[in-house]
Amino acid sequence: MTHDPSTFNKHTIIAWLEDKPGVLSRVLSLFRRRNFNIENLSVGHSETPGVSRLTFTVNGDDQMVEQAIKQLYKLVNVLRVEDVTEKPAVRREMALIRVKVDAKTRPEVMQLVDIYRASIIDVSMDSLVVQAVGHESRLDSLIDLLSNFPITEMVRTGPVAMTRGAAGKNGNGKHARRMAL
Amino acid sequence: MKRTGAQIVWEALIREGVTTVFGHPGGAILPVYDAMPQYPVRHILARHEQGAGHMADGYARVTGDVGVALATSGPAATNLVTALATAMMDSVPIVAITGQVPTTLLGNDAFQETDVTGVTQAVTKHNYLVTDIDDLARIMKEAFHIARTGRPGPVLVDICKDVLNDETEFAYPEEVDLPGYHPYFGLDEQAVEAAAELINNAHRPVIIAGHGVQMAHAENELRELAERAHIPVAMTLLGLGDIPETHPLSLGMCGMHGEARANKAIQESDVLIGIGMRFDDRVTGDLDAFAPNAKIIHIEFDPAEINKNVPADVAVLGDAKEALQALMGKVKPAQHKNWMAQIEEWNRESQELDILNAEVDELIPPMVMRELWHVTEGDAIVVSDVGQHQMWEAQYFLHERPRQLLTSGGLGTMGYALPAAIGAHYAAPDETVWAVVGDGGFQMTIQELGVLMQERVPVKIAIINNGFLGMVRQWQELFYEKNYAGTPIQSPDYVKLAEAYGIPARRVTDRKDVTAALREAQEHDGPFLIEFQVKEEVNVYPMVAPGEAIDNLLRRRIVQGPSGLQPAW
Ligand SMILES: Cc1cc2nc3c(=O)[nH]c(=O)nc-3n(C[C@H](O)[C@H](O)[C@H](O)COP(=O)(O)OP(=O)(O)OC[C@H]3O[C@@H](n4cnc5c(N)ncnc54)[C@H](O)[C@@H]3O)c2cc1C
Ligand SMILES: Cc1ncc(C[n+]2csc(CCOP(=O)(O)OP(=O)(O)O)c2C)c(N)n1
Ligand SMILES: [Mg+2]
Repeated sequence: MTHDPSTFNKHTIIAWLEDKPGVLSRVLSLFRRRNFNIENLSVGHSETPGVSRLTFTVNGDDQMVEQAIKQLYKLVNVLRVEDVTEKPAVRREMALIRVKVDAKTRPEVMQLVDIYRASIIDVSMDSLVVQAVGHESRLDSLIDLLSNFPITEMVRTGPVAMTRGAAGKNGNGKHARRMAL
Repeated sequence: MKRTGAQIVWEALIREGVTTVFGHPGGAILPVYDAMPQYPVRHILARHEQGAGHMADGYARVTGDVGVALATSGPAATNLVTALATAMMDSVPIVAITGQVPTTLLGNDAFQETDVTGVTQAVTKHNYLVTDIDDLARIMKEAFHIARTGRPGPVLVDICKDVLNDETEFAYPEEVDLPGYHPYFGLDEQAVEAAAELINNAHRPVIIAGHGVQMAHAENELRELAERAHIPVAMTLLGLGDIPETHPLSLGMCGMHGEARANKAIQESDVLIGIGMRFDDRVTGDLDAFAPNAKIIHIEFDPAEINKNVPADVAVLGDAKEALQALMGKVKPAQHKNWMAQIEEWNRESQELDILNAEVDELIPPMVMRELWHVTEGDAIVVSDVGQHQMWEAQYFLHERPRQLLTSGGLGTMGYALPAAIGAHYAAPDETVWAVVGDGGFQMTIQELGVLMQERVPVKIAIINNGFLGMVRQWQELFYEKNYAGTPIQSPDYVKLAEAYGIPARRVTDRKDVTAALREAQEHDGPFLIEFQVKEEVNVYPMVAPGEAIDNLLRRRIVQGPSGLQPAW
């Protein structure tokens, strides 16, 4: 099948993985060898012991995203995969940003931090460390502004997501899987 | 009862019904070999671990159940990789067991340490590293379960040497608990309804039957459906034998080197039914030009194959056998006289271009393949290697039944045939097994002649010696202006070589000696080797150039000669 980049969309996908040795390596190796275009990814514990939760963003057309989900399901340790792009969901990312400041720019930075409801978690004579949590577009714009001071160090976690309301539970993998196919 | 890790491996194999294993020992796997004599299994010593892997593969393709390969750590495990990749591509169930350095040395670059689970991740359906003896029985159970259920495939179990020596209380689990593994969901009945509707309204239907029909043991259902609804059946390379090639509805193989009638019928079809096949690029050619007017029905086990290459109008997710049985009740009897007449017309044109119908004095491979079919009366297991001879075998041996042809389709692994034929013999000791090999591929796993010698395995070998890596030479001729760089290949004296292994052998250089030599080999009680020194520069036709539409066929030119039609080579 030929793929036209002008039809590509970003999809946010959550995968629940059994917490077994090598699982993340299997997932990453799959993304690489199937040539899936992964923009970011983050992984951590879920509410269930032994189950970790992976959130990632894939860029592609519908067929490519369908393939990514189906191929993930073929990994024995993948319990469930959900594309939350079209669902009401909250997405949040965290960033730590070290900004170079002097006596004159420090108040300006602090003002920006205030506006963005971020916080300052470390202070020294010539720098500040800003902690920001929010939708990634909001982080983008904060980072854009802070880069004028300039930024000397930064780390972003990559977004995590959760659907709104009572939905979302990693219990019934089989049902979710059938629906996805 | 207390058992060592090594004993647990065998206890598990026995409980999984294993009677024959193919392997090659070494330090890390030694405890397993040490325990072997206590158990009722036969061990076949491959001369190279790739050979052990292909033997397990041949065994599995014939029995439809798991083949087992054993190897030690490091270089032995990496030698297995090609065989695992071959099995992965063609969905063959294998369990490979490798020894690993002791847990205390893991990650230390210890002697003969390789990250085998890392290396084999992409070429196995799943793999395990066992570092605790209390996981071993469960993992063995899971390995067999994963290998043989759903879409089958190879599973590797890498076991640390200290685990093999440890002792524990042994109990083999009855059930597996794999919450993320759901091999089968049952048949999609609604889709069956929609498929029947399309078939009942078709005027130019075609089935493409694949390897999945064989894995589902659905050949009878396929035939019944094809006959009832009067649908001609094209087959993929790995599907050959799904319906007898002598059946009036058989179109033979389709794809890059398929029959013209099969490819043309697919292109002109209004309803195309893919059954247990994955629309490989050797089948479809240019995807944008593939079956342009057809509604596509795809009957397939693995959801990821649906819409992967060819979007399905009706996707029937399910087992081919169940799906065909369900369809039978809904599909109406039909006659497609005009359609079959059109196909017969294409077939007649092809016959005129068939090299077997031209005046040829030289010894040519298609004739050897057709004679092999005559001499075996079509009743043999044929294992082909990779290259031109593989395509000629596919075209000129008329396969009667599933699991009769074993070949490496997806990976195209040269060196597959001899070891896989050995595995096939152990799976079906009463059948005649022929290995059809090229002079190039044979020299890749030639060392397995040692197994024929040591075990008196009655495999018959037909070497098609054309002095070239023929399939590559053909591409050089057609697409690289005959720049035969790196493709001429010399051979040893195969007859002497066979003698050195105590295997009787013949060399055939003349057409008139073909039948007698084949017959002698066929009737000989034991292994036999024939070298056919064939005309060198012969091409496989028809051929679809890569990336072209499958009805855009390159054909052999046939010209009027002094005494009849002759190929213009
Ligand atoms: C030199 C060379 C030339 C080749 N030329 C050609 C050619 O001209 N024509 C050709 O056809 N091939 C050719 N091939 C082979 C080709 O590369 C593929 O290997 C082949 O087409 C695959 O066939 P398949 O899809 O039937 O089998 P597989 O690749 O084995 O796929 C089988 C499919 O069946 C499904 N399945 C499994 N079990 C079931 C079940 N129970 N029910 C339903 N579905 C199931 C699987 O999920 C899978 O999708 C060539 C190979 C080589 C090396
Ligand atoms: C392991 C491996 N290496 C290389 C190739 C590429 N290749 C495909 S066909 C072929 C030539 C095979 O030559 P031979 O065995 O003599 O068979 P022929 O085509 O002459 O019948 C080669 C080199 C391959 N398929 N497998
Ligand atoms: Mg050759």
